[in-house]
Amino acid sequence: MTTVDAVQRGSTWSGVQRWARRDEVRRAACLVALMVTIAVITGPDGSQNSPYSGLRGSLLSRHAIPFYVLAVILAATSLAGGRWTTAATAPVRALRQRTTGIVIPKPVKLVALALLAVLVLYYPTTLAPFWQTVLVDQMGIYVLLAVGLNVVVGFAGLLDLGYIAFFAIGAYTTAYFTDKLPVHPPFTLNPFFVFPIAVGAALLAGVILGGPTLRLRGDYLAIVTLGFGEIVRITAVNSDAITNGPQGAFGIPHFSAFGYHWTLDSLPYYYLLLVVVALVVFFFRRLDDSRVGRAWAAIREDEVAAAATGIPTLKFKLMAFAIGASTSGFAGVIYASKVGFINPDNFPLLLSILVLTMVIFGGMGSIYGVILGAAVLGWLPNYLRDYVPAQDRFIYFGALLIVMMIFRPQGLLPSRRRSRELRLSELGIGGADGTGPIPGSTQ
Amino acid sequence: MAMLELEDLHVKYGAVEALKGITLEVNEGEIVTLLGANGAGKTTTLRTISGLLRPSAGRLLFEGKPIHELPAHEVLGIGIGHVPEGRRVFPRMSVLENLEMGAYQRKGGNKEVMERVFDLFPVLSERKTQDGGTLSGGEQQMLAIGRALMSRPRLLLLDEPSMGLAPLIVAKIFEIIAEINQDGTTVLLVEQNAAQALKLAGRGYVLETGSIVMSEDAATLLSDDRVRAAYLGEEIGAA
Repeated sequence: MTTVDAVQRGSTWSGVQRWARRDEVRRAACLVALMVTIAVITGPDGSQNSPYSGLRGSLLSRHAIPFYVLAVILAATSLAGGRWTTAATAPVRALRQRTTGIVIPKPVKLVALALLAVLVLYYPTTLAPFWQTVLVDQMGIYVLLAVGLNVVVGFAGLLDLGYIAFFAIGAYTTAYFTDKLPVHPPFTLNPFFVFPIAVGAALLAGVILGGPTLRLRGDYLAIVTLGFGEIVRITAVNSDAITNGPQGAFGIPHFSAFGYHWTLDSLPYYYLLLVVVALVVFFFRRLDDSRVGRAWAAIREDEVAAAATGIPTLKFKLMAFAIGASTSGFAGVIYASKVGFINPDNFPLLLSILVLTMVIFGGMGSIYGVILGAAVLGWLPNYLRDYVPAQDRFIYFGALLIVMMIFRPQGLLPSRRRSRELRLSELGIGGADGTGPIPGSTQ
Repeated sequence: MAMLELEDLHVKYGAVEALKGITLEVNEGEIVTLLGANGAGKTTTLRTISGLLRPSAGRLLFEGKPIHELPAHEVLGIGIGHVPEGRRVFPRMSVLENLEMGAYQRKGGNKEVMERVFDLFPVLSERKTQDGGTLSGGEQQMLAIGRALMSRPRLLLLDEPSMGLAPLIVAKIFEIIAEINQDGTTVLLVEQNAAQALKLAGRGYVLETGSIVMSEDAATLLSDDRVRAAYLGEEIGAA
């Protein structure tokens, strides 16, 4: 009888172990740990006399309650072994199955599009000036940056961590041609007409950087581009005679073209960005659907195979890099003219990483996903401003990213190809990052 | 005039000389095999022919014209197809997309070629929409060969098509290679599986640490003691 007991106890224990090893349980555990950490960090501070009061206070504070509830729900769903969730999502799946294959009739599409247009065109005019500024400085410019980086990372699979350098080049080119730097240009221009020059300069920088370095792959390329980003920033800091060093340039004028003058008002900049993003999206979508997009996909999958099927790989990688760089340079001009002053601190490594985060958060390779990702991540810290203490804001930002990576690693609106990659990598085929070499293939 | 001629070709990886002056030729319509152990330089030879590597010295002629300075995509354009070592299909593209990538440089329709590929490999047409990475090893090899055929090469370079495959599948793939050859495609086959390769090929070269040590017709090589000892695993003089 005792042996039976022992066996039973043993099997219960191993059952618990098996349960604890399940993916959804691990995810829930990660989440609980994260929630507790946030509750502690954002809660009241401890004091020297009673070091545990802060801990107690934060764990019992009302801020922590939503986290506990969420954690309990997640733990419960995982306890039920996905049975509840399957039951709960069954109607959704049924609906999805019924709707796949249904072609939305054109009038409906047009109405939806019209609604979207009204929202995008009219809604910003109703916002407070603060939010209009956020819409341009924190969201619009980042949307443009992210859409450009998406070509490099999402389409061609090249990890670029120095992306903000091209943004800086665009901004400094604007400062130079508006004569706001210690060196004087041969002629001064309104920032609006600096666009072609800045885009050219960023493109050239992209080609100069890309030419020798695009022979590298994955992590190596990431490190070289990271170095490039820092070189550009540090050069701007140290070249007092050219870039005015840490002080940077100020008084860069607003755009002025075709009889229209942009001012401190953010809205006109918003509409300018809207037009630019729309054009860029149209162009990039065509590109992704073209032979060029196919070539990028092949390079992303397997560079040697791509070369063996007759794709000039270096040319296409350089092209992706140059397109990304020029988009970044374009955004730099808008930024310089909108904000009016720039200095090297505006272009830290962190910003390159932020834009990359937006791309991944939105869904690498999916243009609309990336736009949504950049908009959400640009909006969130400003939204939180009213609700949480300033020093806690980025903790929530980080928590969102972690939750996202646990539950939806493919991003908000993933591209079809990206979802496929993740699914296959779970089966052990190919790398999940879509940039590294593919395990199991030789060389 | 031979279709492909390598004359005293040297290839270096940094300071290491992988090919120490090899000379070989492939005539139109032939199947020629290049045998050798690991590290002999077989893959290096193929990669040099297809423009993925640059020779440090020597001549490389295709139909009488030097091609050693052409980039890989142009080499493909003049009619040399390469099935790389380890298959290297695009794992997250469907079978159909993989084949379409093979025809990347061709302008106009490729329906006819694709039909021929499906003729040769019926299993591929059953799996058109399946992801390349989810195919079995043998199917991936078939897909890799099919993809190379999509560019309608006149010379097909095959790098160890038998690698890691069951004997039955190897036999099948070799049968299909013979069929491709009968269609009029010249084949240069790199293999470790000497017995199978020599049965298929008309002539063979043996490569050892970067140099060609033997060049005979296949039957002679098959009966050669040194080849039998080195590549067919037979003990000489034991009987």
